[in-house]
Amino acid sequence: MTLFIEQCLNGLQFGLLLFLLAAGLTLVFGIMDLVNLAHGSLYMIGAYFAATFAAWTDSFVLGAVLALLATLVVGMAVEVIAMRRLYGRDHLDHVLGTFGLILFFDEAVRLIWGPEGLSLPLPSWLNTAVTILPGMQYSAYRLSIIVVSLAVAVFLYVLVMRTRIGMLIRAGASNREMVGALGVNIKLLYTLVFGLGAALAGLAGLMQAPILTVQIGMGENILIVAFVITVIGGIGSVRGAFIAALLVGFVDTLGRSYLPDLLRLVLSPNAASTAAPALASMLIYLLMAIVLVVRPEGLFPASAK
Amino acid sequence: MSTTLNPRNILVVALLAALVLLPVYAGLTGDRFMLTLFTRIVILALAAVSLNLILGYGGMMSFGHAAYLGIGGYAVGMLAHEGIYTGFVQWPVALAASALFALVIGALSLRTRGVYFIMITLAFAQMAYYGIAGLARYGGDDGLTIYKRSQFFAPIDLSNKVQFYYLCLALLYGSIYLVWRLVNSRFGMVIQGSRSNDLRMRAIGFPTYRYRLVCFVIAGTLCGLSGALIANHTDFVSPAMMYWTRSGDLIIMVVLGGMGSVVGPVIGAVALLVLEEALPSVITFVLHPFMGEKAAGYGEFWQIVLGPLLLLVVLFARGGIDGLLAKLRAKAVP
Repeated sequence: MTLFIEQCLNGLQFGLLLFLLAAGLTLVFGIMDLVNLAHGSLYMIGAYFAATFAAWTDSFVLGAVLALLATLVVGMAVEVIAMRRLYGRDHLDHVLGTFGLILFFDEAVRLIWGPEGLSLPLPSWLNTAVTILPGMQYSAYRLSIIVVSLAVAVFLYVLVMRTRIGMLIRAGASNREMVGALGVNIKLLYTLVFGLGAALAGLAGLMQAPILTVQIGMGENILIVAFVITVIGGIGSVRGAFIAALLVGFVDTLGRSYLPDLLRLVLSPNAASTAAPALASMLIYLLMAIVLVVRPEGLFPASAK
Repeated sequence: MSTTLNPRNILVVALLAALVLLPVYAGLTGDRFMLTLFTRIVILALAAVSLNLILGYGGMMSFGHAAYLGIGGYAVGMLAHEGIYTGFVQWPVALAASALFALVIGALSLRTRGVYFIMITLAFAQMAYYGIAGLARYGGDDGLTIYKRSQFFAPIDLSNKVQFYYLCLALLYGSIYLVWRLVNSRFGMVIQGSRSNDLRMRAIGFPTYRYRLVCFVIAGTLCGLSGALIANHTDFVSPAMMYWTRSGDLIIMVVLGGMGSVVGPVIGAVALLVLEEALPSVITFVLHPFMGEKAAGYGEFWQIVLGPLLLLVVLFARGGIDGLLAKLRAKAVP
């Protein structure tokens, strides 16, 4: 039972982390109608910045804050230099252009930091276990990821739904020209939104960094998972991304830990132990296929445009 | 493809003829690497031609096309691993497996449109990637070495590099002809009509979903053939050949070459792969006056140039290389 609760918490943590990534992707798509494959590169850059800044400043928190700001700046620079010119173009152009950006970022990281991965060690106050239930311990760091991600989710909701800038963002999503005509600097607004998405991706990357190694290409696997989430949730819907991210987080984590046991009930132990890992990796894609058969526009389709 | 004589058509014919004569040149100069490189180019050009059928003519932006490369390749690899070497079994299985995968994926994906379609095909290809990477019996993540190439009847020997090159080239030209006939047929008109205005095509009374699905399956099957060729070319298959970035490479070839014509993807495949080979030397050459001997070390970072180059193609050269050639023609003949 404790193991089950622990796996559920792991699923929650992974899901929330994925939400940070998918939220940026879906915001940028919903508002700028831009498919951004380079989102995974921003995730990677966030992790590299965090590892570097944490080593310089000797402080995990300070390093993380600096990395967040640096990713925000990189994101806004990418928007001004490249993305801005892609708005209003065909989706195929977005795919190709941002694919080129991935090649650029991967190689630039290899040039600057070298081909070996980095590690981001946790400070001792986070590298402990806390007792969350009588007789049950859980990693303090994973718990703090859950808390930070939930706080960011609330912040995003308030920002988009309750503030003036959020109102402008939503207005810009439904009619760019009209908002521009009313005297709003829509270009600056888009740069800010893209920077926000980049910072969210960077945050996800730097929080994941102590759990995995920081390496080139780390963003490419998880980018596809983020895409699956945006598709399941309905592209452009932040609420859909939140629910889909939790769903995918749980399905993936629980599938990996319980599928071998489940398969052993129907298959020979040998066959089960070989089939289970493959099936567990495919589970979220199957989930997506099922959702699409039932609802081709995702669970929470953003308002039709 | 119009049959008139103009600079663009002359260049295309010259390229196709040069590919035929390449082994002669390689044989005369003794450049074995060139033959290997161009065999690879020809095989990937075949994959790009198949992608162009759905991407360029059908408007179906599949981002999972490399999956068929893997499926076709693994059909050959797995059968060879089980001791079945005859190409008369291997290749039909490769084609059938790709067709079946395309049928299932297409039936689900074609229910959606636009950006959903891109992401769904991408995700399904990733699913196939993980599925194959999980096959411990066939090497899993590490891939599978193929010890014997596909065997056909007596005079055909795939281990002979020149013979193998010509087989690949014949299949490429055959596919170009097939795609050309297809897009100019009634079927092709329906596909292209559905790309421009699906609603109108349906209103006229065409069940476009079925037409598009058939088109999707044909493209997948052709790409599966390309996969079977790759397996024979490299004597090795691994899940990496169907990773999503490989699908990205195929899209680059199609767009770089130009989606407007049947041979565009061939131009794109040649351009991209030759560029990949040449960029390291070019970078070293350009940096040499500034940094001396250290410049050689930077050649390996060629992708840092290729990436922005792609972005520039997207921004300033819509229609790809073939489109640029057509523009030259438009300027020459006002």
